Amino acid sequence: MPDLLQSEVLPETSDNVLDIRDLSINYGTPRGELQALRHVSMSIGKKKIVGIVGESGCGKSTLISAIIRLMASNATVQSGEILFKDQDLLGLKEKQMRALRGIDISMVFQDPMQTHNPVLTIGRQMVDIQYRDKLSKANKKKRAAGMLALVGIPDPEARLNQYPYEFSGGMRQRIAIAMALMAKPDLLIADEPTTALDATLEVQIIKRLEELQDEIGCSILFISHHLGVIAELCDEVVVMYAGEVIEQGSVRDVFHNPAHPYTAALLKCDPGHIKEKTRNLPTIPGEVPDLVDLPSGCIYQQRCTKGFARCQSERPAFRQINGSHGVACHLTETDLSKETSQQNEEGITS
Amino acid sequence: MLSYILRRLGLAMVITVLAVTLLFLIIHMIPGDPVSTMLGPRASPELRAALEERMGLNRPLFVQIGLFFFNMLNGDLGTDVFSNRQVTDIVLGQLPYTLTLILSSITWSATLGITLGCYSAANRNSLADRLTGILSVSMIAVPAFVVSLYSLLIFAVNLKWFPAIGAGEPGNFSDQLWHLVLPSLAIGLSWVGYIARLVRASMLEIMGEGHVRTARSFGLPERWITYSYALRLAILPTVTVIGVGMGFLLSAAVFTEIVFSRPGLGKLVIDSITTRNYPVVMGAVLFSTLIFVASTTLADIVNAVLDPRVRSSK
Ligand SMILES: Nc1ncnc2c1ncn2[C@@H]1O[C@H](COP(=O)(O)OP(=O)(O)O)[C@@H](O)[C@H]1O
Ligand SMILES: [Mg+2]
Repeated sequence: MPDLLQSEVLPETSDNVLDIRDLSINYGTPRGELQALRHVSMSIGKKKIVGIVGESGCGKSTLISAIIRLMASNATVQSGEILFKDQDLLGLKEKQMRALRGIDISMVFQDPMQTHNPVLTIGRQMVDIQYRDKLSKANKKKRAAGMLALVGIPDPEARLNQYPYEFSGGMRQRIAIAMALMAKPDLLIADEPTTALDATLEVQIIKRLEELQDEIGCSILFISHHLGVIAELCDEVVVMYAGEVIEQGSVRDVFHNPAHPYTAALLKCDPGHIKEKTRNLPTIPGEVPDLVDLPSGCIYQQRCTKGFARCQSERPAFRQINGSHGVACHLTETDLSKETSQQNEEGITS
Repeated sequence: MLSYILRRLGLAMVITVLAVTLLFLIIHMIPGDPVSTMLGPRASPELRAALEERMGLNRPLFVQIGLFFFNMLNGDLGTDVFSNRQVTDIVLGQLPYTLTLILSSITWSATLGITLGCYSAANRNSLADRLTGILSVSMIAVPAFVVSLYSLLIFAVNLKWFPAIGAGEPGNFSDQLWHLVLPSLAIGLSWVGYIARLVRASMLEIMGEGHVRTARSFGLPERWITYSYALRLAILPTVTVIGVGMGFLLSAAVFTEIVFSRPGLGKLVIDSITTRNYPVVMGAVLFSTLIFVASTTLADIVNAVLDPRVRSSK
């Protein structure tokens, strides 16, 4: 029996760096429990770049704060697990988790102007994050300068002695990327790293990130408002809406054959060209549901143009439709539902 | 950095000149003239004229001010009206007592205040945080002279743990230290609470900033983040407050020196004001002003040392 059990456990060792399963997170608020994430599942393969898109407030930052376990104090995990190299991050002791941060999993944040400590030199901050290494300070500095050169900062040795305010926003974001990649992590998480930058800079930084990822061989979880950037950079894409994953799959599948009306609506407004900078996701008419007081049925029904009766009563399950391409929508469930939807539409127009 | 310091020192000089001029005018506006106070109402006009001549009071005010500055630059602040001793000598004789008192007070209270503030911020809303909160506010609320009087009554008169008056035997270090405890407690106590609250507030603000999140995302130990990353920023407003607070410390020292009959600038000022001993008042207040200007300047320079953005600002 024990052998049998073992063999059942073994296949779990997947090719994925990260496996998020059924993750639900609430925030305690004066109005009640805000259900920021509900039953979120997704995975990131080795050396893959996975993008997350979704309107602001859909839970992207909540998701990554859970992965790196730097959640707000009022956040509680309701269910789920986050498997990183086959250990559940949510079950780790704080000390074990801290050992992973910056080494196995590292982060680049959205606002480069806030990322660095304003009163310490860049060099000091880059040396400090190597505190676990037994190298001499001179060697750590050398490594830091090498990283700065890699992300395209000229004259890195001299610039190590400068303070954050002496760098532009683009430069600071390059530094943030250099710091995050210094320990050659398995997973880099980037939370809208280029949202604060202009389009030309964005393209440069994305290109550099792509090269570095290839060189280091890490996986990247890339969050962006900009569909064009996702299309350019990512292998796979996860579309989130109001705390749920509503569609995911390869960039090609999702961008060419969007299965969820929300994804389709997004792509209709922004076909995803990297050169054209759209600061925000296109706006779709209607309002996002209140996460404290959730409606029954499909989370997207209020804004959906293709809804039918079942959408109001039953939450669509997330299911694979074609290989790795999955969606949570009643429309794709059966042919019958398609008929119902047509009837429904006819009913509305008549 | 150097240019910042030079600019700041230039500003300090300008402030000193303005402050001294103002002081000169204020002292001359104190009701009652020194001549009648010293010679009594029935002095002969000749005697009065002679004294006025000796004190320079018969010259126009702006000439008096000009002369004062001229002499000040030569280290001459005039002579004591009664004893004919050099005012500079008298003031410099008292200065160390006051400096020891305020520096020791601010040192212990800032150390304790910063520690408590950091602890409260790190353990926000814990029982210990609430307790320090209540203690801090009550410490702020009690004026120094009240603490002086009560600590004198309780610890010196009733319990006899500490000496009640004086500054201790000259040359006997431990005796002087012993005499310093209660006055220093009286002056520093309200600062503990004030600094603790201030540090807590700015610490909480800083700990919520993006760069702290970055430091955490790199797995830096929490103590390291608190004490070497965040405190370095959170301390900046406190440094400024302490610099400006020197003025309050000096006025608290006046009360405390009187309550404990401690020698010092405070006692000197009060004694010489009551006798309209203009040159001594002027000398003592001048030195207090210099201490104040020096401490605010120093606070600005410390700020510049700690914060590169201040250093480079024009
Ligand atoms: N600390 C918090 N307390 C309460 N609600 C929060 C907190 N952080 C985020 N939220 C809410 O959770 C939802 C998801 O937020 P977030 O993860 O920041 O979204 P995104 O990063 O996609 O913009 C939003 O409705 C937001 O208002
Ligand atoms: Mg966000």
